[in-house]
This record gives sequence, C-alpha cells and structure tokens, in this order.
Amino acid sequence: MIMTSQFSPLYSKKVIDLIKNPRNMGEIKNPDGVATVGNRVCGDIMRLYIRIRNKGSREYIKDIKFQTLGCAAAIASSSILTEIAKGKSLKTAQKITNQEVVRKLGGLPEAKLHCSVLAVEALQKAIDYYKKNEKK
Amino acid sequence: MKGRKLSVASAYLDNAATTSIDSEVLRAMLPYFKEKFGNPSSVHSWGQAARQSVDESRQTIANFLGAGASEIIFTGCSTESISLAHKGLVEAVSSQQNFKSKIPHIITCRIEHKAVLETCRHLEKRNLAEVTYLPVDRFGLVAIADLEKAVKANTVLVSIMYVNNEVGTVEPIGEIGKLIKKLNDLRMAHDEPKIYFHTDATQAIQYLDCRVDKLRVDFLSLTGHKIHAPKGIGALYIREKTPLVCQQDGGGQEGGLRGGTENVAFIVGLAKAIDLVTRNKDKNIKRIKDLQQKLIRGVLKIPGVNLTGHPEKRTPHIASFTIKGVEGEAVLLLLDSEGIAASSGSACTSGSLKPSHVLLAMGIPPEVAHGSLRLSLCKETTDREVNYALSILPKVIARLRKMAPRF
Repeated sequence: MIMTSQFSPLYSKKVIDLIKNPRNMGEIKNPDGVATVGNRVCGDIMRLYIRIRNKGSREYIKDIKFQTLGCAAAIASSSILTEIAKGKSLKTAQKITNQEVVRKLGGLPEAKLHCSVLAVEALQKAIDYYKKNEKK
Repeated sequence: MKGRKLSVASAYLDNAATTSIDSEVLRAMLPYFKEKFGNPSSVHSWGQAARQSVDESRQTIANFLGAGASEIIFTGCSTESISLAHKGLVEAVSSQQNFKSKIPHIITCRIEHKAVLETCRHLEKRNLAEVTYLPVDRFGLVAIADLEKAVKANTVLVSIMYVNNEVGTVEPIGEIGKLIKKLNDLRMAHDEPKIYFHTDATQAIQYLDCRVDKLRVDFLSLTGHKIHAPKGIGALYIREKTPLVCQQDGGGQEGGLRGGTENVAFIVGLAKAIDLVTRNKDKNIKRIKDLQQKLIRGVLKIPGVNLTGHPEKRTPHIASFTIKGVEGEAVLLLLDSEGIAASSGSACTSGSLKPSHVLLAMGIPPEVAHGSLRLSLCKETTDREVNYALSILPKVIARLRKMAPRF
C-alpha cells in the first residue's frame, strides 16, 4: 500500500503543480504525428500529438498535446515535455533527453525515472510517424 | 475533527494505515515519562511502580483476549510479534528431538501482510522451513479445503490473517482453528508434530471477537497504532506450552522471550487503548459501519468503480475499490491536494512496478489493480468527512480520466 504522506515529499513542487494544472493536455484533431507508448500492465500509458509547420525551410513543432494514464511522475513528465518541445525545430526536439525532462521537473524519485524516458520516447515516435507519413 | 484544527475542509480516511492517539491514551501515558520513569527490573520503589503498571497492562490485554497474563508479551509492533512467532517456533520445533523431518513446513496465504510473507521467505531462503502459500478466491477468502489439502507430515504452523489490510475481508479463523484441532487430534495418534496456529489480528482488534479460545489460535499478533495507541508498541499472545525460542536475547524480560527494557509508557498506552476498544464497542462498530456503507454506496455511483474484498464478510472500517481509467497514486495526490488522506495498492514507489500482491492474488488484472483506492475509517471519522470525500472523489476521477488517452 502507499500513503499520500509517504511519497508526497518525494515529488517536487513542480510535479505536484503539473498534476493539478497540467499544461498542453488534450488531443490535436488530425495531427501530423501521433504516438502511444507504455502499457497498462506496467501502469503508465502516454499519447503525444504534434502539429508540424514550416518556418522558411525549417520544420518546427507548432503545437503539441499529451494524454496520459498513469502516476504523477508520468503525467508531469509528459506535460513538461510538451512545454520543452513546443516551438522547437524538429532537429532540436529530437535531441531532447530524459535528463532535461527530469531537470525541468526539479527531480524525480529514482523509481520514477522511467517515466521521463517514456515521455521522450513518445516524442521521438511521434516525430518518426510524421516523417514516415510525409514521405508518402 | 478531534485533534486537528484546519481552516479548510479535510478528511483523514487512512485509518487502516494508522490512527491518531486517543486523548485518554495520551493522558494515561504521560506520567510514565517523568514521575513514573522507573525500570521495571529495578528493585526500588521506582522500579516496583513501573513493574506494577506493566503487570496491570498485561492483565488488561490478557482479559481482552481471554488469555492468561503469562501468555502475553509486549513487542515493538505487529511485525515483530509475527517475526518472533514464526522464527521462534520454527527454531524451537527444529531442535526438538522428536522432530523427524528435515525442515518444518508452514502454511500461509498469498494475501498476508509483508510482515508474514517476508518472514516466511526469509525462512525459506535459509532453508529453515518450507512454505505453502495458499491461493484466495476473488473476494480474498482462503478455502478451508485448500488448507486441509496443503497439510503435510512436517507441517508445524498455519498462519492466516484475521482481516486483510487492503480489502478488509475477514478470514474464517474460527473454522480454521476447528480444522487444526481436528487434525491435531489425529496427528497425536500418529506421533506427528502438532500444528500451531498464528493469526495476524492487526486490523481486527476493534471490530471482531478476538478471544483466543474461541478462535483456537496459539499465537495472535497485534499492534497499538491501529487502535489509537502510539506507534512502536505491539503484543504477541503465545498459548501456554507453545515451544518458542527468543529472537532478541538480553536481560530476560518478557518471560525470557524478548530482551530489552520494557517500554512502560507505551505499554500503559496500549492497555488503555484496549480498554477503550471494549468501551462502546457495539456503538462504535454500528456507527463506523453506517459510515462505511454510505461511503461504499456513494463511491459505487461513480461509473467504472468496483468494490474489492468480500461484500459482507468485511470489517466495518475498510472500503476498497478499483477505479477504471485512473492510476491510484495520481488519485491519492489529487485527493491530498484537497485535504483527503487515502491509500492505494497501485505500483509502489519501492521501484517495483507491480501493483498490490493482494489484488493480483484475488485475480484482479494488473491494469485494473493500478487503479485501486482504499478509504479506511475509525471511531473518530465524522459524517462530514465522509460527505466531503464523496463530494471530491468524483471530480478527481473525472479530471484524471479526462487526461487519459482514449482507445
């Protein structure tokens, strides 16, 4: 069993704030890229939607939204990732690491680090999806 | 709410985790920190006064269990009581000359508290005992027939909890006691070792009949902090003539079964808490049960919610659920931000990604078990707290479901 008081201090203020007020939560209709990662058996599932636009010859993330079913770390990781990635060029976005996600969250408990990895994986897969479909 | 002054609404619904100390318990304990601080082993009057208080407290607990004072020892918590009963018995039996088998056999069940499961795993790992972990049905009940089938020639201990701490299901301890008595009568004739019976009564003390002769148990473990006494005090009932080897050697305290200077103030507190359990017991149970039923009815109105544990054979203080489409930990944090304390059997922060072993043993799929919620009450829980929780929980669930991807 887990108790609220037992792990509340384990989460940073930022994580708690993000689960109460998640940023960029929701769905993009007809997205340019979408990916779902994780699985329910393990506990967390994340879906990312991206809208890509061109600025001159450069492709960038015009809009990004997430939907997550999971623990506080999973919700906060996916939310902060959307904030990091929004407005970035595809090239830069692809280089986002899970360390950056953890840093922006003000740290994550050891056992929850995989949530930040999952969030980065979701973005990379959403970009892959876009690239594959664009070529067709 | 008693003991807490908060300007905002709040509800402490995690009483199966721990309870607040009753004011009467605290008052009873206070003199033992300053004026009556003697060591019960000392000869002088300071010591004698402390000894007398420990003896009286022991008698109170013995009376409650329908046992003799010499059959009660004080420990630090239920976990310690459980550990002593299991390890101490295995050690005692193994060294008996008439024990012919290689190692003793223990029968327990899959939904026991970690205190029992990890103690059994410890004994298994060191090859000190072999253990059978009985399955449970979807309500968390152990089947008497399964238990009977599991008994072997070298079985020396059956350990089944009285009440499951996560779902509140009440195990048939009296019936198991009867079966073990019947088996022991037969075993005597075949010169087979006696089977002893332990029950972890941690969650049962305030709500169920804990008289040891009625249950036919040889060991019963309990703790103070679930019954409005402090954390750090527990007790173990050991039936007279039960073989047991001390696991904490020292100055011979507690009948030579638990070395270490007695925690006098906390012992007095535990006895007072037991005293308070008997006072207004029926009235308290009825009130808590009414609140529990209201809580269960209210929570089940939320779509995609199911009750876990047995619908009738459950203690009045635990209401437990699985909630589809949310993860337990996120529910707890959002409830906490609204001033509500609850708990969950979702994957723990321990690093393991597996949800509650109790819910999995009951056949609940992991993806559903991740969305578990336990709300637990006590005699201090108010109607207002229950109403408040019922007004907040649906919003919290709706918020989290809105965040989740659709399939």
